Amino acid sequence: MGGDAPHKYTGDLVNIERGRISREIFSARAVYDDELERIFPKSWLFIGHESQVPEPGDYILSRMAEESVIFNRDRRGKLHVMLNNCRHRGMRVCRADSGNARKFMCPFHAWTFSDEGALIGVPKLDTGYHNELDKSQWGLIEARVARYHGFVFACWDEETPDFETYLGDLRFYFDDYCELPDGTFGDWQAFGGIFKWKVPCNWKFGAENFAGDYYHNPSHASVDQVVLSPAGTKGRHTYDEVTRERELYKLNICVTPEGHTARGELFKDDYDYIPTYQDMAVVEDYFRECYTKRQERLGEKARWFGHGGTIFPNVSYSNGVQSMGTWHPSGPNETEIWRIFLAPKDAPVEVKNVLRHYVIRYQGPAGLTEQDDMENWGSAHLGAKGTIARRHDFHYGMGMGYEQKGWPVEWLGGEVHATEDVSEQNQRAYYARWAEMMDTPPDTRRHPVSVEAAE
Amino acid sequence: MDQSPDKALMDQILVRYRVEQFYTMEAELLDGRQFEAWLDLLADDIRYWMPVTRNRNFGEWDGEHTNEGEDLNWFDEGKFELEQRVKQIMTGIHWAEEPVSRTTHMFSNLQVIDESADTLLTRVRFLIYRNRNETETDFFVGKRHDKLRRIGEGFEVAAREIYLDQSVLQAKNLTIFF
Ligand code: FES
Ligand SMILES: [Fe+2]
Repeated sequence: MGGDAPHKYTGDLVNIERGRISREIFSARAVYDDELERIFPKSWLFIGHESQVPEPGDYILSRMAEESVIFNRDRRGKLHVMLNNCRHRGMRVCRADSGNARKFMCPFHAWTFSDEGALIGVPKLDTGYHNELDKSQWGLIEARVARYHGFVFACWDEETPDFETYLGDLRFYFDDYCELPDGTFGDWQAFGGIFKWKVPCNWKFGAENFAGDYYHNPSHASVDQVVLSPAGTKGRHTYDEVTRERELYKLNICVTPEGHTARGELFKDDYDYIPTYQDMAVVEDYFRECYTKRQERLGEKARWFGHGGTIFPNVSYSNGVQSMGTWHPSGPNETEIWRIFLAPKDAPVEVKNVLRHYVIRYQGPAGLTEQDDMENWGSAHLGAKGTIARRHDFHYGMGMGYEQKGWPVEWLGGEVHATEDVSEQNQRAYYARWAEMMDTPPDTRRHPVSVEAAE
Repeated sequence: MDQSPDKALMDQILVRYRVEQFYTMEAELLDGRQFEAWLDLLADDIRYWMPVTRNRNFGEWDGEHTNEGEDLNWFDEGKFELEQRVKQIMTGIHWAEEPVSRTTHMFSNLQVIDESADTLLTRVRFLIYRNRNETETDFFVGKRHDKLRRIGEGFEVAAREIYLDQSVLQAKNLTIFF
């Protein structure tokens, strides 16, 4: 257990003032153990999308840090996130990745839990327990649940502020992500299936890369030479074609003190739609119409086109391909990545197909783009492990001192800083938040779950 | 025509032999990194599909694989997309394949399920060993269902369904061909 390890993070392993971060934070077991106690139980973690459990009784398995959780909709329609862990001896009470169930029966001694997590069945309650077991105290451990425009997050800690407060000034950017292409808050529909795969690197490499690393374009030099974008031209982004004719700011956005980040483009004018999907009339019409509606609806704020970002600590959202990628920690040296992809529920099937084909060729283990990212994260991780290498900090100083507030336009947010093009301000904001939480021992606050209930 | 049982059996053996020859050559091309030559074995209208596999409760196995053309799939593409994958490797800067993997493609349990004048339906089990750099090692094991189209004495692959026996992918990427 590293909970009491004498690490000092802010100003030491994470020295934001000097733009230096120790490689230890990626490779040391004691740091990782601290993360499991100090970061994950106190943060809002991404669970899934409501459309993954549309009907009463529907469930999927999700994850919070290393642990399996049941994400379900009970028979009354309420969403729950519960530790998939029997209170008797810790068996997984749900062992299918998805399904529909009114109750979950533990395979070991058959304690049975309702779809609300209540313990409703205990074999030999009379002869074995002499009716002295208070079932009301032994239900599944349930997390707080937040629904945000259909995206579901959960948190173990009662003292963590509500999700909207936690989101802080990322709200504008995450709202932009949650909006349909026409700028309304309509329904997204997750495609069936979840990409789950293992990458040999610390979980933070993915999180910080998606936080805003426009500097890593050389990683993708190969995919930029082939056709990936559904716009049918060379390159990986649909917007590459569109933005070529625009005047814009390419921005890194960090939200302090929450440590969330965004990246995207701010057009300098209210430009008209540029034809993008010339060979696909239905798709072209759909996006043209959405573009116009969005402009009418949002006014000058429609000039913002988000690319994505990271919600602290471990979920990254990607606009356009509309995915949520979660960096589940699996030991200091391994990440299990889970990705879901969504499409506007009411879009024509042609649009859904274009989006689906694009995303599964872009991201994930078969994704032409993400393959090269993972290769580099894996190598970077190895580089954080060597005895000699670990004595030398990583450089996180790019663009330091050039962050601007309320720029280029005031409405980009309150506690928000922006830099143009390439900068590591987003990584600095992310790790500043990380270090602050890591310096807060878990025993100075209430335990993340109510252990008293177990007495 | 002689329709004795021996003749029927000889026909079956001949078909099997040709399919085995075809798959052996295909594996040789892939393991020899002759990716462009491998593309020539694929029909222009090929469907290349690998679903994502899920753990399901007993009796709900129809939901075990994600659906082609509808859900997320590891692969759900045609020849143009496969050509892009090959092109990406041939840039020499596709870092996930640079240095390029060492692969050994093996197949067994060949069944010719159905045969018509134009096409054959086949099934094999596959085992692909991959090794990269110093220690990166993966085994890809599963089932492959093919539709082969007759081209003269040979074949082209008109459709390929690949069922990998993993729910959480144990490899960090799928940069190889199946
Ligand atoms: S472990 Fe679940 S009933 Fe015993
Ligand atoms: Fe990338």
